[in-house]
Amino acid sequence: MVLLEARGLEAQYGWTKVLHGIDFAVEEGGITTILGANGAGKTTTLRAVCGMVRTAGEIRFAGQRINGRATEDLVRLGIGHAPEGRGTFVNLTVEENLRLGAYARGGGRSVAQDLERVYGYFPMLAQRKKQPGGTLSGGEQQMLAVARALMLRPRLLLLDEPSLGLAPLVVREIFRIVRTINRDERVSVLLVEQNASVALGLAQHAYLMETGRVVMSGPAAELRQNDAIRRAYLGY
Amino acid sequence: MEIFFQQVVSGLATGGIYGSVALALVMIYQATDVVNYAQGEMAMFSTYLAWTLLNAGVPYWWAFFGTLVISFVGGVLIERVVIRPVENKPILTIVIVCIGLLVILNSVAGWIYSYIQKPFPSPFPPRPIMLGTVVFGAHDLGAIGVTLVVLAFLYAFFRFTTLGLAMRAAAQNPVSSRLCGIRVGWMLAIGWGLAAMVGAVAGMMVAPIVFLDPNMMAGILIYAFASATLGGFTSPGGAVVGGLIVGVIENLVGTYVHFIGTELKLTVALAMILIVLVFKPSGLFGRAAVHRV
Repeated sequence: MVLLEARGLEAQYGWTKVLHGIDFAVEEGGITTILGANGAGKTTTLRAVCGMVRTAGEIRFAGQRINGRATEDLVRLGIGHAPEGRGTFVNLTVEENLRLGAYARGGGRSVAQDLERVYGYFPMLAQRKKQPGGTLSGGEQQMLAVARALMLRPRLLLLDEPSLGLAPLVVREIFRIVRTINRDERVSVLLVEQNASVALGLAQHAYLMETGRVVMSGPAAELRQNDAIRRAYLGY
Repeated sequence: MEIFFQQVVSGLATGGIYGSVALALVMIYQATDVVNYAQGEMAMFSTYLAWTLLNAGVPYWWAFFGTLVISFVGGVLIERVVIRPVENKPILTIVIVCIGLLVILNSVAGWIYSYIQKPFPSPFPPRPIMLGTVVFGAHDLGAIGVTLVVLAFLYAFFRFTTLGLAMRAAAQNPVSSRLCGIRVGWMLAIGWGLAAMVGAVAGMMVAPIVFLDPNMMAGILIYAFASATLGGFTSPGGAVVGGLIVGVIENLVGTYVHFIGTELKLTVALAMILIVLVFKPSGLFGRAAVHRV
Protein backbone atom coordinates (compact mmCIF):
# COMPACT_ATOMS: atom_id res chain seq x y z
CA MET A 1 0.00 0.00 0.00
CA VAL A 2 1.16 3.50 -0.78
CA LEU A 3 1.38 5.73 2.31
CA LEU A 4 2.54 8.97 0.73
CA GLU A 5 2.07 9.90 -2.88
CA ALA A 6 2.87 13.07 -4.81
CA ARG A 7 1.59 13.81 -8.31
CA GLY A 8 2.70 16.77 -10.39
CA LEU A 9 3.99 18.41 -7.21
CA GLU A 10 5.17 21.97 -7.67
CA ALA A 11 6.55 24.29 -5.03
CA GLN A 12 7.74 27.86 -5.01
CA TYR A 13 9.43 30.39 -2.77
CA GLY A 14 8.01 33.80 -3.63
CA TRP A 15 8.14 33.94 -7.43
CA THR A 16 10.81 31.30 -7.80
CA LYS A 17 9.55 27.86 -8.70
CA VAL A 18 11.72 25.17 -7.15
CA LEU A 19 9.82 21.96 -7.92
CA HIS A 20 8.54 21.52 -11.47
CA GLY A 21 5.90 18.83 -11.14
CA ILE A 22 7.44 15.76 -9.53
CA ASP A 23 5.87 12.36 -8.88
CA PHE A 24 6.95 10.00 -6.13
CA ALA A 25 5.52 7.49 -3.70
CA VAL A 26 6.49 6.01 -0.33
CA GLU A 27 5.32 2.46 0.39
CA GLU A 28 3.84 1.79 3.81
CA GLY A 29 6.54 0.16 5.91
CA GLY A 30 9.23 0.88 3.35
CA ILE A 31 12.22 3.15 3.06
CA THR A 32 12.31 5.47 0.07
CA THR A 33 15.13 7.81 -0.74
CA ILE A 34 15.38 10.94 -2.82
CA LEU A 35 18.91 11.60 -4.04
CA GLY A 36 20.34 14.67 -5.62
CA ALA A 37 22.99 17.35 -5.46
CA ASN A 38 22.69 20.66 -3.61
CA GLY A 39 19.84 22.72 -5.01
CA ALA A 40 18.06 19.79 -6.64
CA GLY A 41 14.92 20.46 -4.58
CA LYS A 42 15.19 17.61 -2.05
CA THR A 43 14.65 19.71 1.06
CA THR A 44 11.85 21.61 -0.66
CA THR A 45 10.16 18.29 -1.40
CA LEU A 46 10.09 17.46 2.31
CA ARG A 47 8.90 20.97 3.12
CA ALA A 48 6.12 20.58 0.60
CA VAL A 49 4.99 17.38 2.28
CA CYS A 50 4.92 19.23 5.63
CA GLY A 51 3.04 22.25 4.35
CA MET A 52 5.99 24.59 4.84
CA VAL A 53 6.00 25.97 1.28
CA ARG A 54 3.34 26.93 -1.22
CA THR A 55 2.53 24.00 -3.46
CA ALA A 56 0.52 23.03 -6.48
CA GLY A 57 -0.30 19.55 -7.67
CA GLU A 58 -1.36 16.81 -5.33
CA ILE A 59 0.01 15.15 -2.21
CA ARG A 60 -1.86 12.29 -0.60
CA PHE A 61 -1.11 10.78 2.78
CA ALA A 62 -2.89 7.56 3.73
CA GLY A 63 -5.41 8.29 1.01
CA GLN A 64 -6.27 11.85 2.09
CA ARG A 65 -5.33 14.90 0.09
CA ILE A 66 -3.09 17.01 2.34
CA ASN A 67 -2.08 19.98 0.19
CA GLY A 68 -2.47 23.35 1.82
CA ARG A 69 -2.94 21.99 5.33
CA ALA A 70 -1.07 23.64 8.17
CA THR A 71 2.17 22.01 9.31
CA GLU A 72 0.77 21.66 12.84
CA ASP A 73 -2.15 19.60 11.54
CA LEU A 74 0.01 17.38 9.34
CA VAL A 75 2.11 16.51 12.37
CA ARG A 76 -1.06 15.27 14.02
CA LEU A 77 -1.62 12.85 11.11
CA GLY A 78 1.66 11.17 12.08
CA ILE A 79 4.28 12.83 9.89
CA GLY A 80 7.50 13.25 11.86
CA HIS A 81 10.17 15.46 10.32
CA ALA A 82 13.84 15.62 11.27
CA PRO A 83 14.50 18.84 9.35
CA GLU A 84 17.43 20.33 7.52
CA GLY A 85 19.81 21.88 10.06
CA ARG A 86 18.43 19.52 12.74
CA GLY A 87 16.04 22.10 14.25
CA THR A 88 17.43 21.76 17.78
CA PHE A 89 15.92 23.93 20.51
CA VAL A 90 19.37 25.03 21.59
CA ASN A 91 18.44 26.56 24.96
CA LEU A 92 16.17 23.72 26.05
CA THR A 93 17.50 20.53 27.58
CA VAL A 94 17.75 17.33 25.60
CA GLU A 95 14.80 15.89 27.50
CA GLU A 96 12.70 19.01 26.90
CA ASN A 97 13.55 18.75 23.19
CA LEU A 98 12.26 15.19 23.24
CA ARG A 99 9.11 16.05 25.19
CA LEU A 100 8.28 18.64 22.53
CA GLY A 101 8.41 15.86 19.96
CA ALA A 102 5.46 14.25 21.72
CA TYR A 103 3.56 17.55 22.07
CA ALA A 104 1.11 16.86 19.25
CA ARG A 105 0.08 13.56 20.84
CA GLY A 106 -0.90 15.20 24.09
CA GLY A 107 0.90 14.36 27.28
CA GLY A 108 0.31 11.65 29.80
CA ARG A 109 2.23 8.62 30.91
CA SER A 110 2.94 7.45 27.38
CA VAL A 111 5.50 10.25 27.05
CA ALA A 112 7.61 8.66 29.78
CA GLN A 113 7.41 5.34 27.96
CA ASP A 114 8.47 6.95 24.72
CA LEU A 115 11.39 8.66 26.42
CA GLU A 116 12.57 5.23 27.56
CA ARG A 117 12.05 3.90 24.06
CA VAL A 118 14.13 6.56 22.30
CA TYR A 119 16.80 6.50 25.02
CA GLY A 120 17.03 2.80 24.20
CA TYR A 121 17.88 3.65 20.60
CA PHE A 122 20.14 6.57 21.56
CA PRO A 123 21.75 5.83 24.95
CA MET A 124 23.98 8.87 24.47
CA LEU A 125 20.92 11.14 24.71
CA ALA A 126 20.00 9.61 28.07
CA GLN A 127 23.41 10.57 29.42
CA ARG A 128 22.95 14.12 28.19
CA LYS A 129 19.29 14.61 29.04
CA LYS A 130 19.82 17.59 31.39
CA GLN A 131 22.18 19.34 28.98
CA PRO A 132 21.03 22.18 26.69
CA GLY A 133 20.48 20.90 23.16
CA GLY A 134 22.89 23.49 21.78
CA THR A 135 25.83 21.95 23.64
CA LEU A 136 25.57 18.66 21.73
CA SER A 137 27.90 17.85 18.85
CA GLY A 138 26.58 17.78 15.29
CA GLY A 139 26.12 14.01 15.31
CA GLU A 140 24.39 14.09 18.68
CA GLN A 141 22.06 16.85 17.49
CA GLN A 142 21.21 14.74 14.45
CA MET A 143 20.34 11.86 16.73
CA LEU A 144 18.28 14.26 18.83
CA ALA A 145 16.40 15.37 15.70
CA VAL A 146 15.57 11.77 14.77
CA ALA A 147 14.66 10.94 18.37
CA ARG A 148 12.41 14.01 18.60
CA ALA A 149 10.58 12.96 15.45
CA LEU A 150 10.19 9.43 16.89
CA MET A 151 8.55 10.81 20.04
CA LEU A 152 5.54 11.55 17.82
CA ARG A 153 5.15 7.79 17.14
CA PRO A 154 5.02 8.74 13.47
CA ARG A 155 3.63 6.67 10.63
CA LEU A 156 6.00 8.43 8.28
CA LEU A 157 9.45 9.69 9.19
CA LEU A 158 10.99 12.38 6.99
CA LEU A 159 14.78 12.60 7.26
CA ASP A 160 16.58 15.53 5.68
CA GLU A 161 20.23 14.66 4.97
CA PRO A 162 21.00 13.03 8.29
CA SER A 163 24.57 12.33 7.10
CA LEU A 164 25.43 15.97 6.39
CA GLY A 165 28.71 17.00 8.01
CA LEU A 166 29.03 13.88 10.16
CA ALA A 167 31.88 11.41 10.54
CA PRO A 168 31.36 8.13 8.65
CA LEU A 169 31.09 6.14 11.88
CA VAL A 170 28.33 8.38 13.21
CA VAL A 171 26.51 8.19 9.88
CA ARG A 172 26.66 4.42 9.98
CA GLU A 173 25.27 4.43 13.53
CA ILE A 174 22.35 6.70 12.63
CA PHE A 175 21.47 4.65 9.57
CA ARG A 176 21.64 1.45 11.58
CA ILE A 177 19.10 2.90 14.02
CA VAL A 178 16.82 4.11 11.22
CA ARG A 179 16.85 0.61 9.78
CA THR A 180 15.96 -0.85 13.21
CA ILE A 181 13.11 1.59 13.70
CA ASN A 182 11.76 0.86 10.25
CA ARG A 183 11.94 -2.90 10.83
CA ASP A 184 10.72 -3.09 14.43
CA GLU A 185 8.15 -0.30 14.51
CA ARG A 186 7.05 -0.44 10.88
CA VAL A 187 7.67 3.31 10.53
CA SER A 188 7.82 4.28 6.87
CA VAL A 189 10.77 6.46 5.96
CA LEU A 190 11.34 9.11 3.32
CA LEU A 191 15.04 9.86 3.31
CA VAL A 192 16.59 12.75 1.43
CA GLU A 193 20.32 12.37 0.86
CA GLN A 194 23.36 13.52 -1.05
CA ASN A 195 25.30 10.56 0.24
CA ALA A 196 24.03 8.12 -2.37
CA SER A 197 26.01 5.10 -1.25
CA VAL A 198 24.56 4.91 2.28
CA ALA A 199 21.08 5.92 1.13
CA LEU A 200 20.94 3.27 -1.59
CA GLY A 201 22.19 0.70 0.91
CA LEU A 202 19.24 1.45 3.19
CA ALA A 203 16.32 2.18 0.87
CA GLN A 204 14.21 -0.18 -1.22
CA HIS A 205 13.19 2.48 -3.67
CA ALA A 206 15.03 5.56 -4.91
CA TYR A 207 14.41 8.73 -6.90
CA LEU A 208 17.07 10.94 -8.38
CA MET A 209 16.38 14.66 -8.58
CA GLU A 210 18.07 17.37 -10.62
CA THR A 211 17.02 21.05 -10.56
CA GLY A 212 13.51 20.42 -9.36
CA ARG A 213 12.68 17.39 -11.49
CA VAL A 214 12.81 13.64 -10.94
CA VAL A 215 15.19 12.38 -13.61
CA MET A 216 15.35 8.73 -12.66
CA SER A 217 13.61 6.31 -10.32
CA GLY A 218 13.49 2.63 -9.53
CA PRO A 219 14.45 -0.03 -7.02
CA ALA A 220 17.53 1.04 -5.04
CA ALA A 221 19.48 -2.01 -6.12
CA GLU A 222 18.92 -1.10 -9.77
CA LEU A 223 19.99 2.51 -9.34
CA ARG A 224 23.15 1.35 -7.62
CA GLN A 225 24.07 -0.58 -10.77
CA ASN A 226 23.31 2.33 -13.06
CA ASP A 227 26.48 3.63 -14.68
CA ALA A 228 25.47 7.29 -14.70
CA ILE A 229 24.58 7.24 -11.01
CA ARG A 230 27.71 5.35 -10.15
CA ARG A 231 29.93 7.88 -11.83
CA ALA A 232 28.10 11.00 -10.67
CA TYR A 233 27.04 10.08 -7.13
CA LEU A 234 28.92 7.00 -5.98
CA GLY A 235 32.30 7.95 -7.40
CA TYR A 236 33.63 4.69 -8.86
CA MET B 1 20.08 53.67 60.18
CA GLU B 2 16.34 53.23 60.71
CA ILE B 3 15.64 55.67 57.93
CA PHE B 4 17.98 53.69 55.75
CA PHE B 5 16.16 50.40 56.36
CA GLN B 6 12.81 52.02 55.94
CA GLN B 7 13.88 53.50 52.62
CA VAL B 8 15.22 50.11 51.54
CA VAL B 9 11.94 48.37 52.35
CA SER B 10 9.74 50.93 50.67
CA GLY B 11 12.21 50.78 47.76
CA LEU B 12 11.71 47.03 47.63
CA ALA B 13 7.94 47.54 47.61
CA THR B 14 7.89 49.93 44.67
CA GLY B 15 10.73 47.89 43.17
CA GLY B 16 8.49 44.83 43.26
CA ILE B 17 5.95 46.74 41.20
CA TYR B 18 8.58 47.89 38.71
CA GLY B 19 9.72 44.29 38.63
CA SER B 20 6.21 43.05 37.81
CA VAL B 21 5.83 45.44 34.91
CA ALA B 22 9.38 44.60 33.80
CA LEU B 23 8.44 40.93 33.99
CA ALA B 24 5.48 41.55 31.69
CA LEU B 25 7.75 43.42 29.26
CA VAL B 26 10.32 40.63 29.31
CA MET B 27 7.71 37.93 28.76
CA ILE B 28 6.41 39.57 25.62
CA TYR B 29 9.93 40.43 24.47
CA GLN B 30 11.05 36.83 24.87
CA ALA B 31 8.02 35.38 23.19
CA THR B 32 7.81 37.79 20.28
CA ASP B 33 10.90 40.05 20.18
CA VAL B 34 8.56 43.00 20.67
CA VAL B 35 9.04 45.62 23.37
CA ASN B 36 5.46 46.37 24.34
CA TYR B 37 5.34 50.11 24.96
CA ALA B 38 1.63 49.77 25.75
CA GLN B 39 2.31 47.46 28.71
CA GLY B 40 1.83 50.24 31.26
CA GLU B 41 -1.44 51.42 29.76
CA MET B 42 -2.72 47.85 29.57
CA ALA B 43 -2.01 47.54 33.30
CA MET B 44 -3.72 50.86 33.97
CA PHE B 45 -6.79 49.75 32.03
CA SER B 46 -6.90 46.48 33.96
CA THR B 47 -6.78 48.43 37.19
CA TYR B 48 -9.79 50.49 36.09
CA LEU B 49 -11.62 47.22 35.41
CA ALA B 50 -10.81 46.13 38.96
CA TRP B 51 -12.04 49.50 40.21
CA THR B 52 -15.31 49.04 38.31
CA LEU B 53 -15.80 45.59 39.83
CA LEU B 54 -15.01 46.88 43.32
CA ASN B 55 -17.43 49.77 42.85
CA ALA B 56 -20.12 47.28 41.87
CA GLY B 57 -19.66 45.75 45.30
CA VAL B 58 -17.56 42.70 44.35
CA PRO B 59 -15.33 41.62 47.28
CA TYR B 60 -11.64 42.50 46.83
CA TRP B 61 -10.12 39.11 46.01
CA TRP B 62 -13.00 38.18 43.68
CA ALA B 63 -12.44 41.45 41.87
CA PHE B 64 -8.68 40.79 41.87
CA PHE B 65 -8.90 37.37 40.24
CA GLY B 66 -11.79 38.44 38.01
CA THR B 67 -9.59 41.24 36.72
CA LEU B 68 -6.78 38.75 36.04
CA VAL B 69 -9.10 36.60 33.93
CA ILE B 70 -10.47 39.57 31.98
CA SER B 71 -6.95 40.94 31.48
CA PHE B 72 -5.76 37.59 30.14
CA VAL B 73 -8.58 37.51 27.61
CA GLY B 74 -7.93 41.17 26.76
CA GLY B 75 -4.22 40.50 26.22
CA VAL B 76 -4.97 37.56 23.94
CA LEU B 77 -7.46 39.67 21.96
CA ILE B 78 -4.99 42.55 21.58
CA GLU B 79 -2.39 40.15 20.18
CA ARG B 80 -4.85 38.51 17.79
CA VAL B 81 -6.49 41.70 16.56
CA VAL B 82 -3.81 44.40 16.72
CA ILE B 83 -0.39 42.74 16.75
CA ARG B 84 -0.99 39.67 14.56
CA PRO B 85 -1.54 41.64 11.33
CA VAL B 86 1.87 43.34 11.71
CA GLU B 87 3.67 40.32 13.19
CA ASN B 88 6.14 39.93 10.32
CA LYS B 89 6.51 43.61 9.54
CA PRO B 90 9.68 45.56 10.41
CA ILE B 91 10.23 46.23 14.10
CA LEU B 92 9.51 49.94 13.67
CA THR B 93 5.98 49.14 12.47
CA ILE B 94 5.32 47.07 15.57
CA VAL B 95 6.74 49.77 17.84
CA ILE B 96 4.44 52.34 16.27
CA VAL B 97 1.44 50.01 16.63
CA CYS B 98 2.31 49.59 20.33
CA ILE B 99 2.58 53.33 20.82
CA GLY B 100 -0.75 53.75 19.04
CA LEU B 101 -2.23 51.20 21.42
CA LEU B 102 -0.79 53.16 24.33
CA VAL B 103 -2.44 56.38 23.20
CA ILE B 104 -5.75 54.67 22.49
CA LEU B 105 -5.93 52.89 25.85
CA ASN B 106 -4.97 56.09 27.65
CA SER B 107 -7.61 58.18 25.88
CA VAL B 108 -10.33 55.56 26.18
CA ALA B 109 -9.66 55.25 29.91
CA GLY B 110 -9.79 59.04 30.23
CA TRP B 111 -13.00 59.17 28.22
CA ILE B 112 -14.74 56.47 30.27
CA TYR B 113 -13.39 57.21 33.72
CA SER B 114 -12.19 60.86 33.41
CA TYR B 115 -8.71 62.07 34.33
CA ILE B 116 -9.59 62.74 37.97
CA GLN B 117 -7.52 60.68 40.40
CA LYS B 118 -9.42 57.96 42.21
CA PRO B 119 -8.43 56.21 45.43
CA PHE B 120 -7.88 52.48 45.05
CA PRO B 121 -8.07 50.13 48.03
CA SER B 122 -5.27 47.93 49.27
CA PRO B 123 -6.11 44.35 50.29
CA PHE B 124 -3.70 44.67 53.21
CA PRO B 125 -4.52 46.22 56.58
CA PRO B 126 -3.67 49.92 56.93
CA ARG B 127 -1.81 49.52 60.23
CA PRO B 128 1.98 49.49 60.02
CA ILE B 129 4.03 46.45 60.94
CA MET B 130 6.94 46.81 63.39
CA LEU B 131 10.06 44.75 62.86
CA GLY B 132 12.41 45.74 65.68
CA THR B 133 12.46 49.50 65.62
CA VAL B 134 11.71 49.81 61.93
CA VAL B 135 8.17 50.48 60.72
CA PHE B 136 6.92 48.91 57.54
CA GLY B 137 3.69 49.60 55.69
CA ALA B 138 1.64 46.41 55.42
CA HIS B 139 0.88 47.29 51.81
CA ASP B 140 4.60 47.53 51.03
CA LEU B 141 5.29 44.08 52.43
CA GLY B 142 2.13 42.72 50.79
CA ALA B 143 3.13 44.09 47.38
CA ILE B 144 6.54 42.44 47.66
CA GLY B 145 4.84 39.18 48.62
CA VAL B 146 2.39 39.35 45.73
CA THR B 147 5.22 40.02 43.27
CA LEU B 148 7.13 37.00 44.54
CA VAL B 149 4.03 34.81 44.30
CA VAL B 150 3.48 35.92 40.69
CA LEU B 151 7.11 35.17 39.88
CA ALA B 152 6.93 31.74 41.49
CA PHE B 153 3.71 30.97 39.64
CA LEU B 154 5.21 31.97 36.29
CA TYR B 155 8.41 30.06 37.00
CA ALA B 156 6.44 26.90 37.78
CA PHE B 157 4.24 27.42 34.73
CA PHE B 158 7.15 27.78 32.29
CA ARG B 159 9.30 25.17 33.96
CA PHE B 160 6.88 22.35 34.71
CA THR B 161 3.89 22.50 32.37
CA THR B 162 3.73 21.27 28.80
CA LEU B 163 2.09 24.50 27.69
CA GLY B 164 4.88 26.52 29.30
CA LEU B 165 7.46 24.36 27.55
CA ALA B 166 5.67 24.79 24.23
CA MET B 167 5.65 28.57 24.74
CA ARG B 168 9.39 28.63 25.38
CA ALA B 169 9.92 26.46 22.32
CA ALA B 170 7.74 28.68 20.14
CA ALA B 171 9.69 31.77 21.22
CA GLN B 172 13.01 30.12 20.48
CA ASN B 173 12.49 28.24 17.28
CA PRO B 174 9.12 28.74 15.56
CA VAL B 175 9.92 26.48 12.62
CA SER B 176 10.90 23.50 14.73
CA SER B 177 7.94 24.20 16.99
CA ARG B 178 5.52 23.89 14.08
CA LEU B 179 7.14 20.59 13.19
CA CYS B 180 6.34 19.45 16.73
CA GLY B 181 2.71 20.45 16.18
CA ILE B 182 2.82 23.59 18.33
CA ARG B 183 0.44 26.33 17.18
CA VAL B 184 2.98 29.11 17.40
CA GLY B 185 0.53 31.97 16.81
CA TRP B 186 -1.56 30.92 19.79
CA MET B 187 1.50 30.59 21.99
CA LEU B 188 2.33 34.23 21.26
CA ALA B 189 -1.24 35.24 22.03
CA ILE B 190 -1.15 33.36 25.33
CA GLY B 191 2.14 35.13 26.08
CA TRP B 192 0.38 38.48 25.64
CA GLY B 193 -2.46 37.27 27.83
CA LEU B 194 -0.08 36.28 30.63
CA ALA B 195 1.79 39.57 30.33
CA ALA B 196 -1.50 41.45 30.59
CA MET B 197 -2.26 39.47 33.75
CA VAL B 198 1.11 40.25 35.31
CA GLY B 199 0.63 43.90 34.39
CA ALA B 200 -2.81 43.87 36.01
CA VAL B 201 -1.28 42.62 39.26
CA ALA B 202 1.27 45.44 39.13
CA GLY B 203 -1.45 47.99 38.44
CA MET B 204 -3.61 46.84 41.35
CA MET B 205 -0.60 46.87 43.67
CA VAL B 206 0.61 50.33 42.64
CA ALA B 207 -2.77 52.08 42.48
CA PRO B 208 -3.20 52.28 46.30
CA ILE B 209 0.16 54.14 46.43
CA VAL B 210 -0.03 56.50 43.46
CA PHE B 211 -3.86 56.69 43.10
CA LEU B 212 -5.71 55.59 40.02
CA ASP B 213 -5.63 57.81 36.94
CA PRO B 214 -5.05 57.18 33.26
CA ASN B 215 -1.45 58.40 33.45
CA MET B 216 -0.48 56.49 36.57
CA MET B 217 1.75 54.00 34.74
CA ALA B 218 3.71 56.50 32.65
CA GLY B 219 6.56 56.95 35.13
CA ILE B 220 6.38 53.35 36.27
CA LEU B 221 6.87 52.11 32.72
CA ILE B 222 10.16 54.01 32.54
CA TYR B 223 11.31 52.45 35.81
CA ALA B 224 10.19 49.09 34.43
CA PHE B 225 12.33 49.65 31.33
CA ALA B 226 15.25 50.46 33.60
CA SER B 227 14.56 47.27 35.58
CA ALA B 228 14.29 45.06 32.52
CA THR B 229 17.43 46.60 31.03
CA LEU B 230 19.33 46.19 34.28
CA GLY B 231 18.19 42.61 34.87
CA GLY B 232 18.47 41.72 31.21
CA PHE B 233 15.66 41.59 28.67
CA THR B 234 16.25 37.86 28.28
CA SER B 235 15.85 36.99 31.96
CA PRO B 236 12.43 36.98 33.72
CA GLY B 237 14.02 36.52 37.15
CA GLY B 238 16.53 39.22 36.30
CA ALA B 239 13.69 41.62 35.50
CA VAL B 240 12.27 41.22 39.00
CA VAL B 241 15.67 41.51 40.68
CA GLY B 242 16.37 44.50 38.44
CA GLY B 243 13.08 46.02 39.60
CA LEU B 244 13.98 45.59 43.26
CA ILE B 245 17.44 47.12 42.69
CA VAL B 246 15.98 50.05 40.74
CA GLY B 247 13.35 50.63 43.45
CA VAL B 248 15.94 50.66 46.24
CA ILE B 249 18.46 52.81 44.37
CA GLU B 250 15.73 55.25 43.38
CA ASN B 251 14.66 55.61 47.02
CA LEU B 252 18.12 55.84 48.51
CA VAL B 253 19.34 58.34 45.94
CA GLY B 254 16.19 60.40 46.48
CA THR B 255 16.80 60.40 50.24
CA TYR B 256 20.53 60.86 50.51
CA VAL B 257 21.55 62.79 47.41
CA HIS B 258 19.98 66.12 48.13
CA PHE B 259 20.00 67.79 44.75
CA ILE B 260 18.05 64.85 43.32
CA GLY B 261 15.22 64.71 45.85
CA THR B 262 11.88 63.66 44.39
CA GLU B 263 12.04 65.89 41.32
CA LEU B 264 14.96 64.21 39.59
CA LYS B 265 14.19 60.60 40.59
CA LEU B 266 12.97 59.67 37.12
CA THR B 267 16.25 60.91 35.70
CA VAL B 268 17.99 58.32 37.87
CA ALA B 269 16.07 55.59 36.04
CA LEU B 270 17.01 56.99 32.65
CA ALA B 271 20.63 57.34 33.72
CA MET B 272 20.61 53.70 34.81
CA ILE B 273 19.26 52.60 31.43
CA LEU B 274 22.06 54.52 29.76
CA ILE B 275 24.79 53.17 32.03
CA VAL B 276 23.67 49.56 31.62
CA LEU B 277 23.37 49.87 27.86
CA VAL B 278 26.88 51.31 27.60
CA PHE B 279 28.69 48.98 29.97
CA LYS B 280 26.67 45.73 30.00
CA PRO B 281 24.06 45.78 27.24
CA SER B 282 22.81 42.27 28.04
CA GLY B 283 22.02 43.28 31.63
CA LEU B 284 23.09 41.57 34.84
CA PHE B 285 21.42 38.23 34.21
CA GLY B 286 20.72 38.34 30.48
CA ARG B 287 22.32 36.40 27.71
CA ALA B 288 23.97 38.37 24.96
CA ALA B 289 21.87 37.98 21.84
CA VAL B 290 23.67 35.83 19.33
CA HIS B 291 22.40 35.85 15.80
CA ARG B 292 23.65 33.50 13.18
CA VAL B 293 24.49 35.46 10.06
